Amino acid sequence: MKKTNYEQLKEVVYSEKLDNGLSVFLLPKKEMAKTFGIFSTDYGSIDQTFVPIGQEEPITVPDGIAHFLEHKLFEKEDRDVFQDFTKRGASANAFTSFTKTAYLFSATSSIEENMQTLLDFVQDPYFSEQSVEKEKGIIGQEITMYDDQPDWRSFFGTIQSLYQNHPVQIDIAGTIDSIAEITKDDLYTCYNTFYHPSNMSVFVAGNFEPESMMKLIKDNQSKKEFPVMSDIDRSFPDEPVEVAKKKHVIEMPVSVSKCLVGIKENVKDDSTEAFLKKDLLVDMLLDHFFSKSGEFYQELYDKDLIDNSFSFESNLERNFGFSILGGNTQKPDQLAEEIKGMLLKLKDFSLNEEQFERIKRKKIGHLLRAMNSLEFISTQFVHYNLLGIDLFEVVPAIEKLSVEEANNFLHQWIDEERIAVCQVIPSKG
Amino acid sequence: MQAIEEKLYKENGYNLHLIQSKKYKTINIVVKFKTPLEKETITKRALLNYVLQQGTKTHTNARELRTALDDLYGAVLSIDGGKKGESHIMTVRMEIANEKYLSSNDDIIEQAMNLMNEIIFHPKTENDQFDSKIVAREKQTLKQKMESIVDDKMSYANMRLIDEMCNDEPYHLHVHGYPEDLDSITAANLFEYYQSLLVNDQMDIYVLGDIEGKSINKLAQSKFSREQSVNKVPQQIKTKKIAKIKEVKDEQVVQQAKLHLGYRTNILFKDPEYFALQVFNGMFGGFPSSKLFMNVREKHSLAYYAASRIESHKGLLFVFSGIDPNDYHKAKDIILEQMELMKQGDFTEEQVEEIKNMVVNQMLETMDHPQGLIELLYHQILADTQIKPDQMIEKIKQVKKDDLLKIGEKIELDTVYFLTNKGGNENEKN
Repeated sequence: MKKTNYEQLKEVVYSEKLDNGLSVFLLPKKEMAKTFGIFSTDYGSIDQTFVPIGQEEPITVPDGIAHFLEHKLFEKEDRDVFQDFTKRGASANAFTSFTKTAYLFSATSSIEENMQTLLDFVQDPYFSEQSVEKEKGIIGQEITMYDDQPDWRSFFGTIQSLYQNHPVQIDIAGTIDSIAEITKDDLYTCYNTFYHPSNMSVFVAGNFEPESMMKLIKDNQSKKEFPVMSDIDRSFPDEPVEVAKKKHVIEMPVSVSKCLVGIKENVKDDSTEAFLKKDLLVDMLLDHFFSKSGEFYQELYDKDLIDNSFSFESNLERNFGFSILGGNTQKPDQLAEEIKGMLLKLKDFSLNEEQFERIKRKKIGHLLRAMNSLEFISTQFVHYNLLGIDLFEVVPAIEKLSVEEANNFLHQWIDEERIAVCQVIPSKG
Repeated sequence: MQAIEEKLYKENGYNLHLIQSKKYKTINIVVKFKTPLEKETITKRALLNYVLQQGTKTHTNARELRTALDDLYGAVLSIDGGKKGESHIMTVRMEIANEKYLSSNDDIIEQAMNLMNEIIFHPKTENDQFDSKIVAREKQTLKQKMESIVDDKMSYANMRLIDEMCNDEPYHLHVHGYPEDLDSITAANLFEYYQSLLVNDQMDIYVLGDIEGKSINKLAQSKFSREQSVNKVPQQIKTKKIAKIKEVKDEQVVQQAKLHLGYRTNILFKDPEYFALQVFNGMFGGFPSSKLFMNVREKHSLAYYAASRIESHKGLLFVFSGIDPNDYHKAKDIILEQMELMKQGDFTEEQVEEIKNMVVNQMLETMDHPQGLIELLYHQILADTQIKPDQMIEKIKQVKKDDLLKIGEKIELDTVYFLTNKGGNENEKN
């Protein structure tokens, strides 16, 4: 078991890669009441085309299957696993993103039993035709709930206008039609390929003893057998640099319009170090120009184009990346043009030392604030780990960034061909 | 894990609550202003949340104020309004990095307290009133906020349910105010109202974090002392007799319908039965193992979510579910049946134990979050009672099945609200 001490952040992480390939990370935090455990696989909604374990040819599975599988893993032949956690006063949950599926629990007592349950239920699937059919009604309601949410529709609409072929443009939950096609055999195929321990990691943070926790996980894993696994062969279509369409308009019965502007980020072929720098700088620069202290935010606000629903976010992964900014507006066309104009003129800006120092301070402050949350630490650690980055080295990495690096990035960040607009406007009639 | 130790100091014009904890890498400073809910003031209070963030005497516009916050290692400021029972609470929050985790020695907390003082007591003014340009612009922002509520169907349905259920009680008042009241608000009368708020509202200050060895009391005295402290008579919450169960249906263009129900619990935070009510709610609809989730979702596949929650200071219980417009009768019958089963005691002592564990777990988890802990502690002020978190947990642990049966006797259905698709559910078969 490897022990890493992070002095500045006053944290210690214990880690080990087990014989079956599972990566385990433990972060004891004695001052917390609760413990949070997350068991996740490097498998999300974008993993649509792949060679199943033990086969030769690639297949393409129905949209929304990773999320469907996540729902169904909780159900066993004789019971619902939620109840195993609730019997001990613990709560369980799961989520599916573009690139990951994660199962988690939080508890303030019976930590070891809950950990066993987490490991066991994820590694013991039970899918039947009947339970697959039953889930279609529940997920159907989840999909229609999102269909009524203009925030979600505009967010996804932006991704769809950025990407031409890449499966990031497919809704994580799929559609009513696509999930109708899912069978129990599809679920087993995906499960057997992507839920191999070598494709997964466990992260536990909170109030527990690291030695006994590591022993528990190792003992649990050594009792189970897994086939030998080589790297998973996943394929993604070629994706051009430029956006799919420059403007996408969705009509919905809304009372206030929305306008989002998306940037298709260029992440291909970056080294881990370059990737982290880009990941940090995109966020820090968006914040500098478009947060409430930003020059552009103030300008948009003074022109009555935005209100405080205005926000920005970025999501960079190994083979896709995007940044999205915007919000509610009375003038969606004018807002789109203003934001685009601002993004395009970033090439002509240069930050000075003082400005960049403030940006760094703010980023560090926000990271410390986020680290109050075990959920944040755990999910972000897993996210960065898959990308080869250590979350607890991010604060020193920010401190090391130089204003020259920031300006170099700023000067080549945006191109017109990588910008798209998505608007939600009130439907007519 | 350490026990929560809240030190309370009753000072001139404010209560100071200090909570020392090494759990967090930040320090939270929260100032709460409390007053009775009133139609005459609610829109002004909603507007103040926006206006106060637009500048101070020395940081004269929003951008300068935000820049000052950025310089404090990205201090996070938020101001919002909320209703708890029949009180309106305006909350000013600031969260700052604890310098113990930084490679610098700045005294961030003192600078943060200075900035809080400016934001609250010295907002940007012109000629002894608020800046009229700021007020005009923020009125527009607030109006847009009011208009956008209908676009979030879950919040909208919740608001409509309360409109109907509590139409003659202050609790129905909309926390974002009313568009028709905006016109009469001016920079002058808003400032005048704010001055009276600063004098008359009850003020509670919470400072939470690893604050050992910092002289917070002295800092607070120099930054928050007020001329006078006004002790208001605690509010009496009236219980309302239900004459007839109300059923209300609204139609809009939606894919998913929202079925929300409102019950009266006739139990408030300060009542001895309150902790049994929490367990009752947990068993009925608070968790994935609850009756609502297990039946509406898992057994009948009618919904993705079906849950309940209680309002602790008004004595209400709400049910939320998102269903297919055609499933109205089916879903309603199942929800009503689950409540009936709760009242009949269709659960075991063992299940009660499980739910108690869940409620305790949830409370402990809430206390791991700085904002969650402060909200939990503030219940005592709202209810004008004293009970430490440890005592709350003890009370929950003492709840028995019989206690839940007594809760069941008190709970009454008041209103069934349904937001459905235009042209909706006429051809449904039961």
